[in-house]
Amino acid sequence: MTDESDNLIEVRDLTFSRGHRKIFDHLNLTIKRGEVTALMGPSGTGKTTLLRLITRQLIPQQGAIYIEGIDIATLSQAKLYELRQRFGMLFQNGALLTDLSVFENVAFPLLEHTKLSRRLISHIVLTKLHAVGLRGAADMMPAELSGGMARRVALARAMVMDPDILIYDEPFVGLDPISLGVIVRLVRRMNDALGITSIVVSHDVEEIATVADRSFLIADGKVAASGSPDELRTANSELVRQFMHGMADGPVAFHYEAPDYEEQLLGRENE
Amino acid sequence: MRRSVQDIYENSFEFLRTFGAFQLFFLRLLRYSPGIFFSRFDLVVKQVYNTGALSLVIIMVCGLFVGAVLALQAYSNMSVFNAEDWTGVAAAFALVKELGPVLTAILFAGRAGTALTSEIGLMKATDQLSAMEMMAVNPVRRVLVPRFLGGVIAMPLLAAIFSGIGLFGAHLVGVELFQVDVGSFWQQIQLTLEIDDVREGIIKSCVFGVAASLIAVWEGYNAVPTAEGVGRATTRTVVITAIAILVFDFMITAALI
Repeated sequence: MTDESDNLIEVRDLTFSRGHRKIFDHLNLTIKRGEVTALMGPSGTGKTTLLRLITRQLIPQQGAIYIEGIDIATLSQAKLYELRQRFGMLFQNGALLTDLSVFENVAFPLLEHTKLSRRLISHIVLTKLHAVGLRGAADMMPAELSGGMARRVALARAMVMDPDILIYDEPFVGLDPISLGVIVRLVRRMNDALGITSIVVSHDVEEIATVADRSFLIADGKVAASGSPDELRTANSELVRQFMHGMADGPVAFHYEAPDYEEQLLGRENE
Repeated sequence: MRRSVQDIYENSFEFLRTFGAFQLFFLRLLRYSPGIFFSRFDLVVKQVYNTGALSLVIIMVCGLFVGAVLALQAYSNMSVFNAEDWTGVAAAFALVKELGPVLTAILFAGRAGTALTSEIGLMKATDQLSAMEMMAVNPVRRVLVPRFLGGVIAMPLLAAIFSGIGLFGAHLVGVELFQVDVGSFWQQIQLTLEIDDVREGIIKSCVFGVAASLIAVWEGYNAVPTAEGVGRATTRTVVITAIAILVFDFMITAALI
């Protein structure tokens, strides 16, 4: 039996559309405190949109998202910013501030929100940069970094305020095998050592299986399956099997909806 | 017919909605401005440098040639009436009251306004503004307000430099080239140009500074976050600012006459 207080984030009956396209249709999911939760799904299912809804960068058109029992849509801007100070988010492209150096980027949240001495800030920043292996790149500018390095700096920045909730949007993309291994272990270690809650959006079934406690597979605007990575891997559902084993044929079409191929080619030729 | 009526209705509604949002955006900038000016003056100074100091070369070169061409025109017309001594006055009036503020604002839109729009638009396209939001840092306060204030402060200073260098250009043509008596050239300016004329130029450059900076940050903040969207927003900044400046110039001149 689960304790209600274990539920950190609850998404209830979430409906969200962009234009005429319905992205979520009465989606429900619960993220438990202290766990690493993976959000998976085929491209275009709205995983990043879901992260933006959870962090109230977007507002649900229907339904609600509760964090520690509070409907975040009702929060004032001041309360929202108070809540966001407990979040750390790693964006897909790193989203480093391009006019600041690596060191200044990581120090940015500390300088904006704390009155710590410069010396202490410097210690914290170097510690975080050391954790992602980029202490030596502290004076570089974001334009001088490779994609993988930028993502690691962004990770250092996401964790610099010691957040309660760390959100990773595609953290494993573009990393070399060594960095990938380090980051995967870092995600797990930080979660356990600091007692935080992690939400990871990823396509990388193999990597995510090694770190996630619970996974949600999102498809067609709903949660198609949930459970531990092992449970998902052995699930009977055709959709889950197709996704977990990377099969071309199955309920999720590889091709985007299009008119008949032959008809279109011959039609164009006749035009 | 019904379709076109509906289009007119929808376009008018969209225009009013955008105009309302623009005014609210301006009020937000004003609300945060005193706080940023007094608590984060370093950010404002950096933007005065970016928008002002980096525009100096284009402003000075254009000011010099505009002043010189004004003196050429004035001399060729005044000399018909043997009133060559008034060459400086004609150039000074045109520079201080009209061309100084107007041309500086249009050059400012082309040099600094486009830089502001594209910088903010690219920050949006690369999720930098979203990242700030997620770090509980208000991007309007941290990014837009210092840039807006930087433009507002830099614009009157640039207009003053434009007019000053313009007068120097007029001096080169009138005094050095056409041998107008240097004493008469400057004394006529001193006797004729009133403090109210200078005040008109200052008012115009301040209003144009607010308009040009506001339009630049608005367009950047509302740019569609793609390469094409940022490009379009940058173009709109120049076009809308140029039109706004000329309309405001007419309104202020009419009000002060």
